[in-house]
Amino acid sequence: MKKKSTLKQEGRGYEVFQVFNNLFFALVLFITAYPIYYVLIASFSSPSGLAVNYGFIWLPIKPFTLEAYRRVITYRPVILGFKNTFIILVAGLALNMVMTSIGAYFLSLKNVMFSRVIGMLILFTMYFGGGLIPSYLNVRSLGMLNTYWALIIPGALSTYNMLILRSAFAGVPASLVEAATIDGAKHFTILRRVMLPLTGSTLAVLVLYYGVGHWNAWFSASIYLQDTTKYPLALVLRNILIKSQDAEMRQGDAGNEQGFTDLIKYALIVVSTFPILCLYPFLQRFFVKGVMIGALKG
Amino acid sequence: MAQSFSKRFKKDMRLNWSAYLLVLPVLLYYAIFCYKPMYGIIISFKDFSLRKGIVGSEWVGLVYYKDFFSSYYFLRLLKNTVVISAASIAVGFPIPIIFALLLNEVRSRAYKRTVQTVSYMPHFISIVVICALIRLFTANHSLLTTFFSYFGYDDRYDMLNYKEYFVPIYVLSNVWQNTGWNCIIYLSALAGIDMELYEAARIDGANRWKQTLHVTLPGIANTVILLFVLRLGSIMSVGFEKIILLYNEGVYETADVISSYTYRRGLVKGDYAYSAAIGLFNSVINVIFVLTANRASNRLAGVGLF
Repeated sequence: MKKKSTLKQEGRGYEVFQVFNNLFFALVLFITAYPIYYVLIASFSSPSGLAVNYGFIWLPIKPFTLEAYRRVITYRPVILGFKNTFIILVAGLALNMVMTSIGAYFLSLKNVMFSRVIGMLILFTMYFGGGLIPSYLNVRSLGMLNTYWALIIPGALSTYNMLILRSAFAGVPASLVEAATIDGAKHFTILRRVMLPLTGSTLAVLVLYYGVGHWNAWFSASIYLQDTTKYPLALVLRNILIKSQDAEMRQGDAGNEQGFTDLIKYALIVVSTFPILCLYPFLQRFFVKGVMIGALKG
Repeated sequence: MAQSFSKRFKKDMRLNWSAYLLVLPVLLYYAIFCYKPMYGIIISFKDFSLRKGIVGSEWVGLVYYKDFFSSYYFLRLLKNTVVISAASIAVGFPIPIIFALLLNEVRSRAYKRTVQTVSYMPHFISIVVICALIRLFTANHSLLTTFFSYFGYDDRYDMLNYKEYFVPIYVLSNVWQNTGWNCIIYLSALAGIDMELYEAARIDGANRWKQTLHVTLPGIANTVILLFVLRLGSIMSVGFEKIILLYNEGVYETADVISSYTYRRGLVKGDYAYSAAIGLFNSVINVIFVLTANRASNRLAGVGLF
């Protein structure tokens, strides 16, 4: 609105700038989107064709093949990876939300004697911790090695997310809480019946944040799990994409074709990442909202 | 005083016992997974073995610290950590600001929104996949090596095998992944600037450039200062995930940072005590930097973390 009214006054210089600015963002769009597009078209190109035409390509190289996809989605570790990630995601998220809610609720209480001290002890852990080795030894001494628990319980709570939710709780009108108290509601009821229903959009943001965290987590699995059938998808991806442990998938004639290793990687990236990328434009506003809450808090 | 405390305490317990009961799992979580590992740091002063445990292992004092500070790796790790951080800040910090300023000038709302949606996208790709893409595209005879071969690069070689390319690859891939996302905060700061200020500037005869200089930039200055100072506070903490997914032995000289060395020495080689010592050293440095940054931002921007 502002810009339209001023168009005429800005002069030629600004018009030239506008043209270059639009061109600049066209270049930005290309640089951002092309690698993603490349992965997609490469994933069903002819492997030997891809090995020869290794520069920029605009369309998939014929003859098209779905062989890489067939091998990826029938590869046992990948299937197990999806299953394990699903288990960890559901159990982890449930625990995350319960812990975050009760923690945030407690910290939002004003007339509780120790809430300030506890709040400071919690805040301290954001800036100082035992570090990698003591944390690893701790999980080990708790007997969690090689169990899903090692991937769920140590990450049960993120202090940062809890503080985001606490500010949302603090925004709930005190009169509502008072009214509930007069009706005889105890803390648990106030949390469940007053706080949570009124902070739905913040909760949605936190579900997304925790969810993405679980989906992408590979490191703790790599240090805590030995049993490969328990590996989450992200760790399976690490093993195939980074460590190139793909020998089993390359058996047979098609698998020996030059360039097939890369093809498997592209197909695997598509299978693991594109569902999220397709979902994300619909969830975008929640993520953006999350950035804003975090920033306001900071 | 003591009496009034015990009175208050009793009253608090009578009224709020259910709140304490409710929060108990959270307190246990922090005790077991945050404070207990802090206690575990004492292994860095002990000749720790898994068999003897934390309590049973013998004290050795500052042996590991002395070892680390006098080792060949110490200066190299310090240098690499600072170089990677400084390069990330020098390149990665101003770009989202410029990006936001330019995007703010785009007239077509649809175009602006398209650029935003597309440029946020890489942020949602997991670090493993990002590093896989980097490896695929910088390998010999691949997308980026072909592109750079137009500028004289020999595309028969993997770029990640050159120690001088590690930092640029690390930094620029971060720019690719995070610029769009990082500019959200600036776009909202820009949207928060009072329109009447622009109106007033125009009446005073300021052109678009002058308006940017005298209204827009001062309008986002506080956000910029705050974020910059806080970013400086994390200069000594370079995460190891991306590093260990990208590096190889041939490029340790420029790629190995404190956190990746802690990981390798501790979890790959099993030198728990030595590695815990390096970890504590790094944590302490980080805390000092964050506290300093916080003070600076309180002074400069009037806001801080605490």
